[in-house]
Amino acid sequence: MNAHQRPSRLKSALLLTSLLGLAGTAGAATQVDNAWVRATVPGQHASGAFMDLTASSDSKLVDVQSPVAKNVQIHQSSMHNDVMSMQQVDAIALPAGKKVSLDTHGYHVMLMELTGQIKVGDKVPLTLIVENAKGEKESIKVQAEARALDAPDHSMMQH
Amino acid sequence: MRGFLPVWLFKGRYFMSVLLTRRTLLTSAGVLGLGLLAGCDNSPRLSFKYGKDLSNQILGRTFKLTDSQGETKSLSSYRGLMPMIFFGFTQCPAVCPTTLARAAQAKKLMGRDGERLKVVFITLDPERDTPEVLDAYVKAFDPSFEALYGSLEETAATAKEFGVFYEKIPSGSTYTLSHTATSFVYDSRGTLRLGLSQSLNAQECAEDLLTVMEVC
Repeated sequence: MNAHQRPSRLKSALLLTSLLGLAGTAGAATQVDNAWVRATVPGQHASGAFMDLTASSDSKLVDVQSPVAKNVQIHQSSMHNDVMSMQQVDAIALPAGKKVSLDTHGYHVMLMELTGQIKVGDKVPLTLIVENAKGEKESIKVQAEARALDAPDHSMMQH
Repeated sequence: MRGFLPVWLFKGRYFMSVLLTRRTLLTSAGVLGLGLLAGCDNSPRLSFKYGKDLSNQILGRTFKLTDSQGETKSLSSYRGLMPMIFFGFTQCPAVCPTTLARAAQAKKLMGRDGERLKVVFITLDPERDTPEVLDAYVKAFDPSFEALYGSLEETAATAKEFGVFYEKIPSGSTYTLSHTATSFVYDSRGTLRLGLSQSLNAQECAEDLLTVMEVC
């Protein structure tokens, strides 16, 4: 930081501020956008969380935690001959600078064994654990907004 | 049908009211199970813009499942309507809500014709999907949607009858399901017509659904 202080002090300060604002964690290397969770009906035991992730260096999403679910897993769904398959994966690769979307077509976060109903408008706390190439772990806290059960998947709208 | 109506009615300001009358006639005839008299097209094949023509396949003729009110339902329960059958489970995070939301949107896009579309959700996970959860789940998309369930054996037999693949995938202490995501659409006489794949959007589905309605 010192080396850059004289020529672009303001720029650095602005960049730092924006990073703080976006990720909510000082020095965060991964940006989280459009985080949302699908609301549930009473008695429904699972739901999904979706978001866009952009890491500043090659990283991977290795874990997600949430107080609303006893069991949180990272899943990948795929379609073959109109059969939808879902599988748990260990991690999601986040290549440097590339936006990786967790949506209904590919990767998503499964919130299983929910502790209660998720209602529209609820702010669902999620803690994302992102590991960079050096093995350093970053913990990112996100408040994901609960959208209606019938909320359209935004990537679906682009068809 | 048009043959029954005086030609002059198709001219000028009478045109709209005749169309309405014709639709009302078709709807009431369909509801009464008089599809044939209302001029059903018996063609063995249909041409759809987006979906798959399933007119030559016989699926879903014998299933008997239970609705959330405890009533037994079979394909004939939906005579006069256009049932669209989809298999899934409520703990499905992506494809099931997306498909049901798409169905609700297509129904709206179809306008008054959409009133005849009957969306039927059959659970592949009767162990966890209780009738109460199922009912609340489908009605969150549209109050007219209906959910059916059966025992494990009935569920397996129904899926087999439809050629629907499903499989439990253990996932930590719990499980998810892989399953066929096709929506099966019947005409008002209970003849299977259309298969809608998961990749289609609501507008595309609505267009093909209207094609089914033209047939019967």
